[in-house]
Amino acid sequence: MKSAAFDYVKPGSLTEALGLLAEAGEDARLIAGGQTLLATLNMRLSEPSVLIDITNVEELKGITLDGKHLRIGALVTHTEIEESDLIAKHAPLLKAAAPHIAHRAIRNLGTWGGSLAYGDPAAEWPACSLALNATMIIHSPSGERRVAASDFFIDLYTTSLEPDDILVATEIPIADSAQVFCFQELARRHGDYAVAGLAAVAQKQGDMLTQCKFIFFSVGATPLMAGKTQSWIDGKNLNEQLIVDAVKTAREEIEVIADLTNSAEAKQHLVGVLLERALKQMMA
Amino acid sequence: MSLKKKITLTVNGIQVTAEVEPRMHLVDFLREDLHLKGPHLGCEQGACGACTVKVDGQIIRGCLYLAVQANGSVVETIEGLTKSGALADLQESFMRHNAMQCGFCSSGMLLAAAELVEKQPKASREQVREWISGNYCRCTGYHSIVDAIVAVLDARSKGQKIKPVVANA
Repeated sequence: MKSAAFDYVKPGSLTEALGLLAEAGEDARLIAGGQTLLATLNMRLSEPSVLIDITNVEELKGITLDGKHLRIGALVTHTEIEESDLIAKHAPLLKAAAPHIAHRAIRNLGTWGGSLAYGDPAAEWPACSLALNATMIIHSPSGERRVAASDFFIDLYTTSLEPDDILVATEIPIADSAQVFCFQELARRHGDYAVAGLAAVAQKQGDMLTQCKFIFFSVGATPLMAGKTQSWIDGKNLNEQLIVDAVKTAREEIEVIADLTNSAEAKQHLVGVLLERALKQMMA
Repeated sequence: MSLKKKITLTVNGIQVTAEVEPRMHLVDFLREDLHLKGPHLGCEQGACGACTVKVDGQIIRGCLYLAVQANGSVVETIEGLTKSGALADLQESFMRHNAMQCGFCSSGMLLAAAELVEKQPKASREQVREWISGNYCRCTGYHSIVDAIVAVLDARSKGQKIKPVVANA
């Protein structure tokens, strides 16, 4: 057995789960799909005293359409997102991104909420949630609160979740017919962590993109929004020169951090490569 | 803290009840307690795919799943799926295409391939490569494995069978 010993409980409701979490404090870890947690336990990077298995909590399940919003439960797996008709129709960026997440056996268990709550800067869902203006629905013993994705990812593996919080679901405004998107990821092997990636969403009007959202991931401590680049492109006729300028702007504004195998220079270069590809694809 | 938990699950069609430590992985439980040595242990951190088994109809990593999580579930391993014939054409095709040498990855590879054949019967060669990218093979160089899976997809789409390498006597 690879991990240190721990206890295991499986609450049947959200109230019970919140109670158990409040009681156990910071020594407890929630487990949903466990596809990151189990690996860290196996490597003894984490030694919680108790795992609280939330997979029986109904309030955390399912993808539903509620008027102009999609509600994605925290327990929805990557595979469910990949295969969901509601996602394909109303949040096509997520369908495009899903196959990039690890491998099928991992996508079958790993969850939407787990990925968001873990806040890995190399992960796909944090970047997508920012690109799609998602709202996190969070429960704690004191009630429900809603946090915009833009206020949720604070630092490396750090979100605005408090120790007694449970991320219940996420709400995403549904895509209209003018929405264009592009998901790009560069990795050494399919399914590996990205060297650099981009989740891009905009409204297309003729030769123009408006309401642009370009979120780069796996380049900094959190997913990074290219605010200046977005403003630069927004509402202008998209031509070769504008793309050249946008690529330059993005390389300047995104503050990249090197990782173990890729230099900051390489990542900075790739930011431009990804943006150029995305803009061309979105205008095609 | 060695408080054991009682679990009941179905493994290859047989109901099993056991007491396990919460930290015991499903693949360790299968191998050590149930003596099912088909699922292999490679990296034990989710990278290699050698421990692939099915839980409630889906492939998972046996090293990233606890035995206690499988309480109430239906678990299938290469042993059960071989016996039921679910993998028969893939197994024939792996033999026909020399899609193995040492065999360490084969059980995981076959289970991954089976889910692809079921979920994406029209998969292209590229999609096959992507799908099995989660399973390491250190012998074959993958081409023969991809060949074997593509041959099954092809045969099934035409309603044909993979010819056995060894004819039944």
